[in-house]
Amino acid sequence: MAKTVGLLLAGLVACYGLNWFLAEFIEVVYVDYLNLIGIAIVLAVGLNVINGLTGQFSLGHAGFMAIGAFVAGLVSIQLTYGEMSSGPLELAGLGTFLLSLLLAGLAAAVLGVVVGAPALRLKGDYLAIATLGFAEITRILLTAQDSLGGPTGIKRIPKMPLLPGTGAWDGGTSVFWIFLVVFTIVLFSARLQRSTYGRALIAIRENELAAETMGVRAARMKVMAFVYGAFFAGIAGGLYAHYQHSVRPDDFTSIRSIEVVVMLVLGGLGSITGAVLGAVAVTLVPQLLRPLEEQLQVNGLSMVVYALLLILMMIFRPQGIFGQRELSLKLFRRILPGGRK
Amino acid sequence: MVPVASVDFTSQLLQYFANGVAKGSTYALMAVGYTLVYGVLQLINFAHAEVYMLGSHFAYYQAKWGGYLPDEPGAKPESVPILLVGAFIAIAMLACAAVGMLIERVAYRPLRNAGRLAPLITAIGVSLFLQYGGQVVFGTEPKLFPTFVETEVFEIGSVKIPNTNLLIVVTTFVLMLGLTLFVSKTRPGAAMRACSHDMRTAKLMGINVNATISLTFAIGSALAAVAGVLVAMDQPAITPLMGVRIGLKAFVAAVVGGIGSIPGAALGGLVLGVSESVVGGLWDTNYAEAVAFVFLIVVLLLKPSGLLGKATREKV
Amino acid sequence: MTALLATENLTIRFGGLTAVDGFNLAIEPGDLFGLIGPNGAGKTTVFNMITGVYLPTEGSVHFDGKLVNGLQPAQVAALGVSRTFQNIRLFDELSVLENAMTGAHQHAKINLFDSLLRTARHYREEQRQRDRAYELLTFMGLEDRAGLPAKQLPYGHRRKLEIARALATEPKLICLDEPAAGMNTGEKAELSALIRKIRDELKVTVLLIEHDMKLVMGICEKIQVLDYGKTIALGTPQEIQNNPKVIEAYLGGE
Repeated sequence: MAKTVGLLLAGLVACYGLNWFLAEFIEVVYVDYLNLIGIAIVLAVGLNVINGLTGQFSLGHAGFMAIGAFVAGLVSIQLTYGEMSSGPLELAGLGTFLLSLLLAGLAAAVLGVVVGAPALRLKGDYLAIATLGFAEITRILLTAQDSLGGPTGIKRIPKMPLLPGTGAWDGGTSVFWIFLVVFTIVLFSARLQRSTYGRALIAIRENELAAETMGVRAARMKVMAFVYGAFFAGIAGGLYAHYQHSVRPDDFTSIRSIEVVVMLVLGGLGSITGAVLGAVAVTLVPQLLRPLEEQLQVNGLSMVVYALLLILMMIFRPQGIFGQRELSLKLFRRILPGGRK
Repeated sequence: MVPVASVDFTSQLLQYFANGVAKGSTYALMAVGYTLVYGVLQLINFAHAEVYMLGSHFAYYQAKWGGYLPDEPGAKPESVPILLVGAFIAIAMLACAAVGMLIERVAYRPLRNAGRLAPLITAIGVSLFLQYGGQVVFGTEPKLFPTFVETEVFEIGSVKIPNTNLLIVVTTFVLMLGLTLFVSKTRPGAAMRACSHDMRTAKLMGINVNATISLTFAIGSALAAVAGVLVAMDQPAITPLMGVRIGLKAFVAAVVGGIGSIPGAALGGLVLGVSESVVGGLWDTNYAEAVAFVFLIVVLLLKPSGLLGKATREKV
Repeated sequence: MTALLATENLTIRFGGLTAVDGFNLAIEPGDLFGLIGPNGAGKTTVFNMITGVYLPTEGSVHFDGKLVNGLQPAQVAALGVSRTFQNIRLFDELSVLENAMTGAHQHAKINLFDSLLRTARHYREEQRQRDRAYELLTFMGLEDRAGLPAKQLPYGHRRKLEIARALATEPKLICLDEPAAGMNTGEKAELSALIRKIRDELKVTVLLIEHDMKLVMGICEKIQVLDYGKTIALGTPQEIQNNPKVIEAYLGGE
């Protein structure tokens, strides 16, 4: 417990340091990539608990993110301006921001219970398509709300609150907040994996019937996995809303849900390290190819190359980059010459 | 689709129903492709939607090269002789069948023993490749589709039925009937059923599994090509991303009907098409978009194997 | 003495097939009870109904005085019934030790936040599970393999690990489904001794399905014979061996 507090404090300091360093030395456009990667990591590591550890097949992660984004955006707008009106962007207060993220996470977690419930009856692709259905329904219902701006969504979501010493920079404190959440979810997920709950989840994945007859309450555990992933996806949505300052329902189509699954499989399903790496690759590769596209003036070229890489990667390494292994100190020791086995 | 004048409720409902049957027929035609492939490989062939997109584009370019596109914007395009329309569609079907077989050969066959997820990801990859490859090759601008059939509206009572809708429904019905006969009465059809039932045993019984899978992709893709052309005739513009939405809906239709079942795909498609059209007409087009997914979840929870699917039991 | 496990008129039908028909069973605490019968007689189906995997069409299962049918498998496990599987069902990607620890999961008195925040309770729970799992692995002679992934375990050891995992749930009754299948003579002898030790030292009542007659006759005190879903005999090993109905069922006489 004391160790946890220490680790979180260390993470806080490290994220602050990273934010400060980037503000001093790095161009904002690269910071944009970094923030999008951070949000992707939160989504992927959360989904890994559902799809990787528990062996469920959720294809609706964007739905949780959508709920989080809209809840956080609305709460923040309401508490900052008092109403939705036009005018310059303002900063959210620290309390407002944290409250909006918490509510975003909780709202998504509630949806997680709703979506997790079919997981008690459905398996495999059937569950996948049902969760995708839930996410699409969520998106369509958001689109249908004229009070939420309909298809154009909500705008003028306040900026993330400043910290002492971070001021005049376009990136603001986004890196700090986003990577603080990244740090937290990676830490918690690694701990979850190596606990009695993690073993129970893996047991469900490996053999659900045996897990149940050994006393693992599979139904409860599956819903727990969904709630865990959904909670963090909701927070990711909240961060995204504050970072982009506006969100539209169409930011959260099934394509984004599919993208998160691609991250997991590409990195190696069931591995946190793999999820992180997959999130980095899937976010970054199309961005890095963008200059090529612009130079050749061929629209869509970067996505074509990305798609080809994806196909080739799967054909030559179907188990993903990391398989089910984790990058850890132990692995380093094994790889280093003279290391213990 | 046809706008509805202010008439009494029953005829309104009938009108939406008629529109929905046409829409549902295109879903059904697409759903068959998903259901056939899923039946054999347990793979959601995401790229199927892009084969549909290619179908309409193949027809478009044939018409273009044949000189049936308006020379200047706004000019009324010359309509294509009916025999030539048939030839265009047939060639688009053949080309799409070839594309479908190629996709299977290149992207799925190498992964047949690699679990379920890897081919799913390559399917997504192929889908993206064709969407954006389509943008690179065809351009991102929507293209006005040539006039294959002069529009004519029949009136039955107060219900208006355009000839394109009639064409869609009749074509779908004939093709579905043909497919059902093919699968139930011919040797290659029997091989498809055998592979779908148990691929390993089918192989041991001397069935050429690879050829059968190729055939499955060819048939599904040819039907998608027809769907692509029919929909393009009804909605004038085509784009490289046109497959995304109908693809998802058609897959949902296949699941609702009971995946692996051809009558199921037809039923699922019709049910979704009609309910979407009715909800959209009487209530709100936004909610109409959600109808398919609400249906999906309700059906899956009540009968996970779909309306016409068979349940399986795990042996303990 | 009241029965620990009692089934009354237990019946299950799959479509038109009656797999188990009016099955009655009474197991007393401390029994080492054998359930035998030809292939397809319905023995595993009885296990599945006892452990909550299948819901009986008719009849009842009582364990420790409580009605069991209708409960979920995990609830049955919580009452103190555990089992192994004819077709081994281990958690392949977990280590041998972790497999056994999973059995101890149901007694964990912590919540998710203890584990996420790594509280003292979390560490105590991990220690408890690890110690108990290690004890049981030692009991089954698997302590040397504790760190190995379960999928790398040789066949005979896989069956033993399933038993260790089942014991980690701290059951009052353990149902063993053909534990000796595929074992050689030496392994079978060792297994017989272990099964007896489970009853005598761990004080766990044993219900055993087994095809190896020598093993069953050697260790069971009471045996019930099932054929075509119905009980055809019940008694001591001697009585069973001399029962003409049993001989007929096994030899397939008309």
